Amino acid sequence: MRATVAALVRKDARLELRAFESVPAMLMFSVSTFVLFHFGLDRGALAGDLAAGVLWVTLLLAAVLGMNRLFLAEREQGGFDGFLMAPVDRTALFVAKALVLFCFLVAVELVALPAFVILLLQPGPGQALPELLAVLLLADAGIAVVGTLVGALAVQTRARDLIVPLIALPLLVPVVIAAAEASAPLFAAGGAEPFPGRWLVVLALYDAVFGLLAYAVFDFLLEE
Amino acid sequence: MTFGRGLRALSIASAALITGAFALVFFYAPNDADQGFIQKIFYVHVPMAIVALCGFVAGGIYGIKHLRSGDRADDLRSYVAIHISLVLAVGVLVTGSIWARAAWGHWWVWDEPTLVSFLIVFLLYACYQPLRFSIEDPERQARYASVFAIVAGAFVPLNFMAVRMAESLTHPRVLSTTGGAMPGEMRLTFLVALVGMACLFATLWKYELASKSASIQLRSLKRRLAGDAGLAPLARSASPQRL
Amino acid sequence: MATTAAGDSLPAVVLEGVGRAYGERVALREISFALEPGATVAVFGANGAGKTTLLRILAGLLRAHAGRVVVLGAELPREGYRARGRIGLLGHEPMLYRDLTVRENLRFHARLHGVEEARAAELVARVGLAARADDPVRTLSRGMTQRAAICRAVLHAPELLLLDEPLANLDPGGAAAVAPLIGRAAGPARVLISHDAEQGLAEADHVLGLRGGHQAIWAPAEQVELGDVRGLYA
Repeated sequence: MRATVAALVRKDARLELRAFESVPAMLMFSVSTFVLFHFGLDRGALAGDLAAGVLWVTLLLAAVLGMNRLFLAEREQGGFDGFLMAPVDRTALFVAKALVLFCFLVAVELVALPAFVILLLQPGPGQALPELLAVLLLADAGIAVVGTLVGALAVQTRARDLIVPLIALPLLVPVVIAAAEASAPLFAAGGAEPFPGRWLVVLALYDAVFGLLAYAVFDFLLEE
Repeated sequence: MTFGRGLRALSIASAALITGAFALVFFYAPNDADQGFIQKIFYVHVPMAIVALCGFVAGGIYGIKHLRSGDRADDLRSYVAIHISLVLAVGVLVTGSIWARAAWGHWWVWDEPTLVSFLIVFLLYACYQPLRFSIEDPERQARYASVFAIVAGAFVPLNFMAVRMAESLTHPRVLSTTGGAMPGEMRLTFLVALVGMACLFATLWKYELASKSASIQLRSLKRRLAGDAGLAPLARSASPQRL
Repeated sequence: MATTAAGDSLPAVVLEGVGRAYGERVALREISFALEPGATVAVFGANGAGKTTLLRILAGLLRAHAGRVVVLGAELPREGYRARGRIGLLGHEPMLYRDLTVRENLRFHARLHGVEEARAAELVARVGLAARADDPVRTLSRGMTQRAAICRAVLHAPELLLLDEPLANLDPGGAAAVAPLIGRAAGPARVLISHDAEQGLAEADHVLGLRGGHQAIWAPAEQVELGDVRGLYA
């Protein structure tokens, strides 16, 4: 299983590095959205709830771009057939693709987060980094799991690109709630407020429930 | 496959319970001191919400059954449960909105977690039929719909929890009544309304199942009699077309 | 896991009353035949007769709606996992990632099947792709892509080959180069779809003719005339 996941991830990494499609697009989209928010909200600097909200909505919408393309190569170039005929555990495809989406998100955040801080965030004392990392990682895991499932669901339907945001966005609302609530105190202008750890628990619970669920049902999406 | 068993008894029970509930609402339950008569919409809004939520979860359970057994009848049951719950969800949103307007002056309140959760759940399940419609192969359609029903069914309680946590910390619930402890008359009326709504759901569910399975069987009979040539081709459809 | 080497008594493929529909359109109806290990069956039929559907059912990619399918001793779909990795499919699509090179594609395929990568290099040389092995697949001509696809199909030394017009797009040099890999002499049992009636008949031990999803011909190749095959396309 691990070997199969490794083979799949390496293949996708090589494809992405070769063609450079998903990550740059998600990145550009994020930065453009920050600019849009600046004009839309008519604010130069954001703090607290507003900052957290803008950041997470933007990341989520960028993730949707990534979800749309996650299984595209498999679908259009016969990758599903090749995989289905191999003597491997089929859930490895789910694990591999979720890992890939997770890595894409982390890669995007490595640039988008500093961009956000520079462009939109009102600087304040003691804006805590370690807690923010925890929130980012847990939220990314949730987005990766749900995104992979929805991506696989959508790639076989006719309305592919349209279905993904329609299904994924409501499903990811709890992630947005938890992530925004958790990061809002970290972006507070008057100094970081105490960190609401319970939201990390909510994120972890979400990741666990959907991770297990997706793991169980993914096989059924591959048949036929 | 007969789905219509007990339908008449169920219909009569539903009609009786709903009439009874209405009677209780109008003549028995007390008027709310702050909100007046309009508060009584609570007896429609909350039972509808509870039954709709159970319906969505039931749709997920039948989805699990379908994936495990491959029996298309379970897919039909899942589809109908979700279909009716979606209609009820719209009812929840409408009654909630009316209540909010009457009690609070706005057509929408973000502070009421039930209402907000239902908005999200509605947005999610509104994709169910378009998803089904966009898959042409009937087996794949049923399978994907079951996966969706399971994931969405698991999502419903999680979503409820998350929304409630988000709102309850800062605002008290505005559309709740007497904060939990209901006086006797209210409780009775509420229970009758709840059971009535549940029976209504069950009745509608059975009706739709019976109707759909009848038309499916009719079509397969026609095919056996007249052969493929005697049938008009099936239009693409979101609802299950074979059992 | 039962293997089926030539000389073994277990048939490579057994179909009994197999049917498959797409919605209401019946693609295959009452298909029954058996194929011994190492033998070749040539499948003929007009477009839409159900040949590709049959191939995909044998590959384990589609489920039959009726009848019994046993491939390499494994009953599909229940025991599908036992047959996986022992079947090679060459379909219409090359099943190669267009942005990866030939070598990278084969390496990925080898990893999925637990096969040594050295075999990929050897195959690439044998089909005459050694010079272009490090070019992305999308830069190759159709003929070269076909050769690469053939490498992919035989890389894991399958016991059953499912070939959908394998010589399409190949020049005579290419056809000669791939013959030892997918031809009669290669060894595995083969299900061969071809539109070239003469060539197909010459290569086959059995002939399966499909018309409108029905099994119109099932006979040893010696007993089938060219005219019978042409009649399927009428």
